Amino acid sequence: MTIVEQPRQFCALSGQQTILAIERAIPIVHAGPGCSSMLFGGLAMSNGFQGSGYAGGGTIPSTNTTEREVVFGGADRLRDVIEGALKVLDADLFVVLTGCTADLIGDDVGQVVGAFQQRGVPIAHASTGGFRGSTCFGHETVIHALIEQILEPAPATIPGLVNVWSVIPYKDTFWAGNLRAIRELLEGIGLEANILFGHDSGGLGAWRRIPAAQFNLVVSPWVGLSIAEGLQSAFGTPYFHAPVLPIGAVESSRFLREVGAFAGVDSQKIEAFVAAQESRFYHYLDRAADFFLEARWDLPDRFVNIADSFYTLGISRFLVNELGFLPGHQFITDDPPERHRPALTAGLAQLADHVSADVTYSNDGGEIARTLRAQTRSDQRPIVFGTSWDRDIARELRGYCVSVNLPITDRLVLDRAYAGYAGGLRLIEDMYAAVLSRQQ
Amino acid sequence: MRYNEPSALGQRVRCFPEAPRLTRSNGGCKGQTVDINLKSAVVPIREHRLGSISGYVGTADDLARKSAAGTLEDRRRTFTQCLSCSEMCAVSMLAYIQDAAVISHAPIGCAASFGGMNQLNRWGQNKRDLPVENVHLVSTNLSERDTIFGAAAKVEAAIRIAYERFAPRAIFVATACASAIIGEDLDGPIETLERELGVPIVAVHCEGFRTQIWSSGFDAAYHAILRKIVKPPQRKRNVVNVINFWADDVLTDLFRPLGLEPNMIVPFSSIAQLETISEAVATVQMCTTLGTYLASGLEELHGVPVVKSPLPYGIKGTDAWYRALGRIAGKEAEAEAHIAAEKAAIADDLAALRRELAGKTAYVAAGSSHGHSLISVLRELGVKLEGGCFYHHDAKYDHGDRAADHLRHAVDTYGDFKVGICNKQVFELVNLVRRIKPDMLIVRHGNLAVWGAKLGIPTFLLQDEHLSLGYRGIIRYGRKIADFVSNPALVKHLARHTKLPYTDWWLEQNPYAFLQDASPV
Repeated sequence: MTIVEQPRQFCALSGQQTILAIERAIPIVHAGPGCSSMLFGGLAMSNGFQGSGYAGGGTIPSTNTTEREVVFGGADRLRDVIEGALKVLDADLFVVLTGCTADLIGDDVGQVVGAFQQRGVPIAHASTGGFRGSTCFGHETVIHALIEQILEPAPATIPGLVNVWSVIPYKDTFWAGNLRAIRELLEGIGLEANILFGHDSGGLGAWRRIPAAQFNLVVSPWVGLSIAEGLQSAFGTPYFHAPVLPIGAVESSRFLREVGAFAGVDSQKIEAFVAAQESRFYHYLDRAADFFLEARWDLPDRFVNIADSFYTLGISRFLVNELGFLPGHQFITDDPPERHRPALTAGLAQLADHVSADVTYSNDGGEIARTLRAQTRSDQRPIVFGTSWDRDIARELRGYCVSVNLPITDRLVLDRAYAGYAGGLRLIEDMYAAVLSRQQ
Repeated sequence: MRYNEPSALGQRVRCFPEAPRLTRSNGGCKGQTVDINLKSAVVPIREHRLGSISGYVGTADDLARKSAAGTLEDRRRTFTQCLSCSEMCAVSMLAYIQDAAVISHAPIGCAASFGGMNQLNRWGQNKRDLPVENVHLVSTNLSERDTIFGAAAKVEAAIRIAYERFAPRAIFVATACASAIIGEDLDGPIETLERELGVPIVAVHCEGFRTQIWSSGFDAAYHAILRKIVKPPQRKRNVVNVINFWADDVLTDLFRPLGLEPNMIVPFSSIAQLETISEAVATVQMCTTLGTYLASGLEELHGVPVVKSPLPYGIKGTDAWYRALGRIAGKEAEAEAHIAAEKAAIADDLAALRRELAGKTAYVAAGSSHGHSLISVLRELGVKLEGGCFYHHDAKYDHGDRAADHLRHAVDTYGDFKVGICNKQVFELVNLVRRIKPDMLIVRHGNLAVWGAKLGIPTFLLQDEHLSLGYRGIIRYGRKIADFVSNPALVKHLARHTKLPYTDWWLEQNPYAFLQDASPV
C-alpha cells in the first residue's frame, strides 16, 4: 500500500498490544521515545477507549532511543532497561520488541535477550520495526517469536483442548467480548477453548499448554493461518480453518457443526446446544420483526463494510443470510497478502444465491471515500459499518454509520461481542441505534 | 545492503539532515535570548537551546536557583518507561490548523495518533461552530523497501495527494525516526512542488530520537510556521496572540476592558490568521513550555512583544499579567479597575472554597510551566501541596527574561515545595504517591491518571488549560476539584479490585533509585 489518509491499522510494533493482552505479560519496547505511547493511543485509546489495563500505556518499559544509540548502537541501553524491568515490574513474561530505530541501526537484540534467556528469565524478543509491516504482521510476528522461544513440546495431547487464533487483541475493538463468545460457543459443545488473550485466559500457563492441544482453530479469514501452520510444523498439531467470524445464528450454528465434526464431537451434543441457542436468538428476532417490517422511514437499503477482513466478511454474511439485507460495495482494510485475496473476493462474490458484492482492498480513507461515492446510487441510502473516520462519507451519502473498527472515538467499548448468537443481536441493536438516533 | 546489519550503520548516520548544535556559553541560562535562525530548517532541541533537563530531585527553590545561575545538571535513568515524542507534539500543533494539511513522513505506526487527533479536531470544531470534518493528515507509509531504496517519490506523491484532497493553504511535512535515519532529502521535492502548486510547503524536522524532551516538537512546528507562514506586519492591530492548546475562550471577556481581542493560536486557527500574527500588539502564552519559541520568534523577528510576567494563574500572577497587558494597551487605569472588580466578585466564592478544601493535600504531576500554574491555583485555594513532578524543566525560556520565571514566582508567592523532574515515569510516580497518600493527585498528561486512581487517590485531569485561568478560573477550578474529591467511589473500587504491576521490592525503594548521578546538560 502506498500513501495513506485515515489509517485503519498501524505498524508491526503494534505487537506490543498483543503481548499486553496476555495476562501478566509485559512488552519491553526498544524504540524511539514516542512509539509505544503512540501505538497505545491508536490501538487502545482512540479505539473504543480500551485503556491501560494491567501494565499498558505509560507503564510500558521503553529504551526511548536517543541520538547516541542511533550513532553508537543501543544494546547496552536495552540491557539496562531489561534489568530494570525485571526488578521493577511484576510479570510472568517479558517480550522485547524493536522499533524502527533499533531495526535500522541493526542492534543485536537476539544476543542481549539470549543472555537473559540463559539465566532462565522468561523473556522473548521479536523484530517489529514499523517499516517491516502492518499491525496484522506484528501480531503474527510476536506470536511466532513466542512459539519459537517459549514453547516446549508437550508430553501428551489433551483431548478436547483447542487453541483459538482469531481476532487481533486491541486492534479489534471488540476482541475481549469476541474471544469470550468464541470460548462460550466451543464450551457449549464440550471443547476446552485455550483462548490465550484477555481476562481469565490463563497467561503464560495457558501459552505453555499450546503444544498439548488436540488442534488449533483459526477463526479468521487469514490472520493466524501462518501461526497454525507454524504450530503444525513445530508440534504436529492439526488445525481447522473457519474463515468467517460467526455472527448470529446461521453462522454460529454452521461454525459449531463444522468445528465439532473436525474435533469428533458427538453430533447430538452439538445439535442440542445449537437448538437451545437458536431458540433464544430467534425469540428476539421474532420480537423485533414488528420494527423491521413497520418502521420503514428512511431505513438503509444497502450495507457497506469499511473494515478488516474479519468484519467485512463476517458482517456481510450475517446481514445477507440472517436479515435479508443487500450489500453495496465492500472494503477490506487490513491489507491481506495477495495469496489470501482470491478466497476473500470469492466469499463476498457468493454471499448467497444471486447475492454478491464487489470489494476494494485499501487502507486509505481518501480512496475508500472516492470509490464509495462512485459506487453508490443516489437513490440508495447506505449503512456503513466502518470507523469513526467514515462518519463524513456516510453523512455525505445520506446514510448511517456504525463504528466497528479502529479508530473508534464515538463510542466506549468494554466487553461487547459481535461474535456468536448474542453477538448478532448486539449488532442488530447497534445498527438500528445508529439509524434511529440519527433520525430523532 | 541489508537494513539490519551493523555494517549499515556508518552509511545511515552519515545521511542525517543538518542539526545545528548550540552549545551554551558560560552561564548560558542567565539572561540572554536564544537566536531564532530561520535560515536553518532545523530548530535546535531544548537540551541544547534552553538547557532543559529530564531528571532531577530536590526543591523548587533549588531548581529555580540553579536554573537562573546556569548550573543545572541533568540526571539520566537506567530504567525508563515510554515517553511521548517530538513528532507527536509537532503534529499535534499543526493538525488542527483548519485549512492546512500535514504529512507524516514515516511508517504507518507514526500515524497511530491520527485517530485521536481527529477526535480532538471534531470536538473543537463542534465547540467553535466550525464545519465538522476529518483532520487533514496523510502518512507516507514507509515500507522496508523505502528504507533501502529511499522514499523521495513518496514524499512527492503524498504532497500531491494532500493538495488534491484538501486544497490546503499550506502543507507541512513532518519527519520521524525512520525517515531521518534513512536520510531523506526533503528540500528538493519541497522546492519543486512549492513552485508548481503555489502554496507554502514546509519541512518540520521533529524526529523522535533527537530529544528526550518531547516539547521540542512544539518548537519544530512553530519554527515551520515562522519560516514560511508568518508574513511581515503591514499594520498593527489591537489583538493579542494567545498561544494555547485547544482550550475554551475565556479571554475575550478578560481582554475587553483593555480594548484588546484574543487571537487564539495555533490549533483551530487558519493559515490567513497565522500569516498576520506579526501584527498583534503582544503575545501571551498560557503555557510557556508550549509557546516559548513562537512567542520569542515573533518578538525577535517581527517586534511583537512577549508579555514577560508570571502567568495568569492564581491571584498574584493574574495581577502581574493583567497589569502588563494594561501597560501594553495603554490602559493602566482600566486594568486596575478591572482587577479590583474581579477580585471583589470572586471574594465570597473563594472564601467558601477555601473553607471547603481546608486541610486537603495534593500532589501535582504535570508539564513544566502549566504544572507551576496549577500549583499556584491550588495554593490560592488553600490546598496543601505535598510536592510536584514535572515532565521536564527548561532552565530558561527563549526570550531569556527571568521576569517570566514561573517556578520562581510560585516559590516566592506560595512557598517552597519538593520537586522531581520525572519525564512522565509512572513507576516513580506510583512509588512516590503511594507513600505520600495525598487527598488528590492532579495530573495533566495522558497515560497517567489511571495510576493515581488505582492507588485509591482521587485523580484529576483537566485538559482545558483556560479553565483555571484568571480570577474566575480559581473559582471554576476550585469547584471542579471540590466536586471531584467529594465522591471517591470510583477510585476506591479501582484500588480494591486492581493489582499494581510493580514488585513489592520496587514499592519499598527510593522512588528515584534509578536516577544516575548528575551530569552537565
